[in-house]
Amino acid sequence: MRAAGDDAALIEFVYHEARLIDEKRFDEWYDLYADDGRYWMPLMHGQPQGAEHTSLFDEDKLLLKIRIERLRNPKSYSQAQPSWCQHVLQAPRIESRDSELGLAVLRTPFMYLEYQQDQQEVYAGVAWHHLRRGAGKIVIALKKIELLNCEAALPSLQLFP
Amino acid sequence: MPEYRHDAAAIRALVRDDAVHRDVYISPELFDLEMERLWRSAWTYVGHDSQVPNSGDFCTVNIAGQPLLMLRGADGAVRVLLNRCAHKGAKILSANSGNCGKLLRCSYHGWTYTLDGSLRTVPLKSGYAETRFAESPAAGGLTPAANVAVYRGFVFARLSRSGASFEEYFGDSLSSIDNLADRAPAGRLEVAGAPLRYMHNSNWKMFVENLNDTMHPMVAHESSAGTARRLWQDQPPDAPRPMVIEQFLPFVSDYDFFDKMGVKIYDNGHSYTGVNFSIHSSYAAIPEYAAQLEAAYGAERARAILGESRHNTVYYPSLTIKGAIQTIRVVRPIAVDRTLIESFTLRLVGAPPALLERSAMYNRLINAPTSVVGHDDLYCYRAIQEGLASNGNEWVSLQRNYSDRERGEGLLGTHNGTSEVPMRGQFRAWVAAMTAGGA
Repeated sequence: MRAAGDDAALIEFVYHEARLIDEKRFDEWYDLYADDGRYWMPLMHGQPQGAEHTSLFDEDKLLLKIRIERLRNPKSYSQAQPSWCQHVLQAPRIESRDSELGLAVLRTPFMYLEYQQDQQEVYAGVAWHHLRRGAGKIVIALKKIELLNCEAALPSLQLFP
Repeated sequence: MPEYRHDAAAIRALVRDDAVHRDVYISPELFDLEMERLWRSAWTYVGHDSQVPNSGDFCTVNIAGQPLLMLRGADGAVRVLLNRCAHKGAKILSANSGNCGKLLRCSYHGWTYTLDGSLRTVPLKSGYAETRFAESPAAGGLTPAANVAVYRGFVFARLSRSGASFEEYFGDSLSSIDNLADRAPAGRLEVAGAPLRYMHNSNWKMFVENLNDTMHPMVAHESSAGTARRLWQDQPPDAPRPMVIEQFLPFVSDYDFFDKMGVKIYDNGHSYTGVNFSIHSSYAAIPEYAAQLEAAYGAERARAILGESRHNTVYYPSLTIKGAIQTIRVVRPIAVDRTLIESFTLRLVGAPPALLERSAMYNRLINAPTSVVGHDDLYCYRAIQEGLASNGNEWVSLQRNYSDRERGEGLLGTHNGTSEVPMRGQFRAWVAAMTAGGA
């Protein structure tokens, strides 16, 4: 592993995050988030950040934890037949850096497929990773997911784009 | 061969006092008849007038197979027009919403209409000189919906010419809309942002029935709300509860809680749960807000407004509202096994931002296509949709707390909260509308 903050390490981090979701390594995935980290998927194109507009996801770590633990609960009926997902990422690009704050912002166009019991849904969008240097490691301060069809009528979307 | 269209007796036989036949959920023919007979004769929810604040603002919706426009006129009135050019039938507007300026103009041959729907100009009008154009439907402009009512900003339409008046149709159930609007210090509501749009692969009635079904949360939502409760249980009792915990935990209240909550039944399929209290009763107070309400209404009336904590009110068949958390869910049936649910967040005009934050969070946690609560609900609806194909038993039981007394005494009034009486009331309205005219 290269030093945190190294360009290649930041890019590798984004690939790694997607892989942890696809492989359902959710505890490792959870640990990638800063304590005040956020997983956010707006409902509208160009939606400003803030609690006054509802979103598709706007999860703090408590909500992420609830989702992860629910997926393991045998009474999660919607997961009686488990869903699986696959991220297909375009090469992440470092959009900006602030070495003083230890921050970097990466932009990653993606396709996301979610599959359950003979149904496969295809999503696309752009992920923005706001990364920060934590205690000797890189952590996610904010992952913002701009879904191409965020305004469309969607079926159940059960895992994590 | 149609099985039901010309046979009112066959339709009547689908609904018993305490059970319904599976065909009401799975027959495509009955779905078409529902749109024609029930949905078009009902007062259905179109939208909220705050979505079209200015002259020329519009929204397009589809109700019961009818493309409609909700449009604010130059005179300030909100109208509902059929979205169909008087010439060849093209939809006049196709965007979800926007502003059309001072005129509506057809994209095909440029016929224009004023904002009240009247035909204004037809290019090269001389071509119609020797025709009977003036007496034809084309000269009539955009057809208005047969009946429109705006109540506290909620815009409803009845598409058929005949049927109950707005007041007759909803009666005292309108008190739930009053309570929702009264919660705003300014007495009015605004739609805040875009709706959550969740496509259900199930019949519309499963969703509508579920809104006053209080026997499912502790089962279907054990995995989500129960997980939240488990993660929170080690916290000291005086630890400040995050909003997400405050909103999730009441879903796994016990049967006694939901039973004592109570349910009130009105005519025409309307009802609400939470007569005495609800899952929204124990939210933390927002002191600044209580003070604003007192200033607006006086202490006694403010207490009465906040003292209501209704759970879900069903405005059968198209709208369900949650006054205590300021969200509404709109039902748009698309096919017998396909229903769009649109959930709007409402702003209480004049209230502190914390209330809108709470509503926005609740809407997302419960009603989004990404909601862990919604996932399990929809799983159950879909399981019913598929399970009803079974030939072993063609009847759906609605017997909980039924008694033969209901036949004579009717079912209006207040009942214990876990009763299936709201569904029985809905099907009474259903069979009446579906057999009206004695076809």
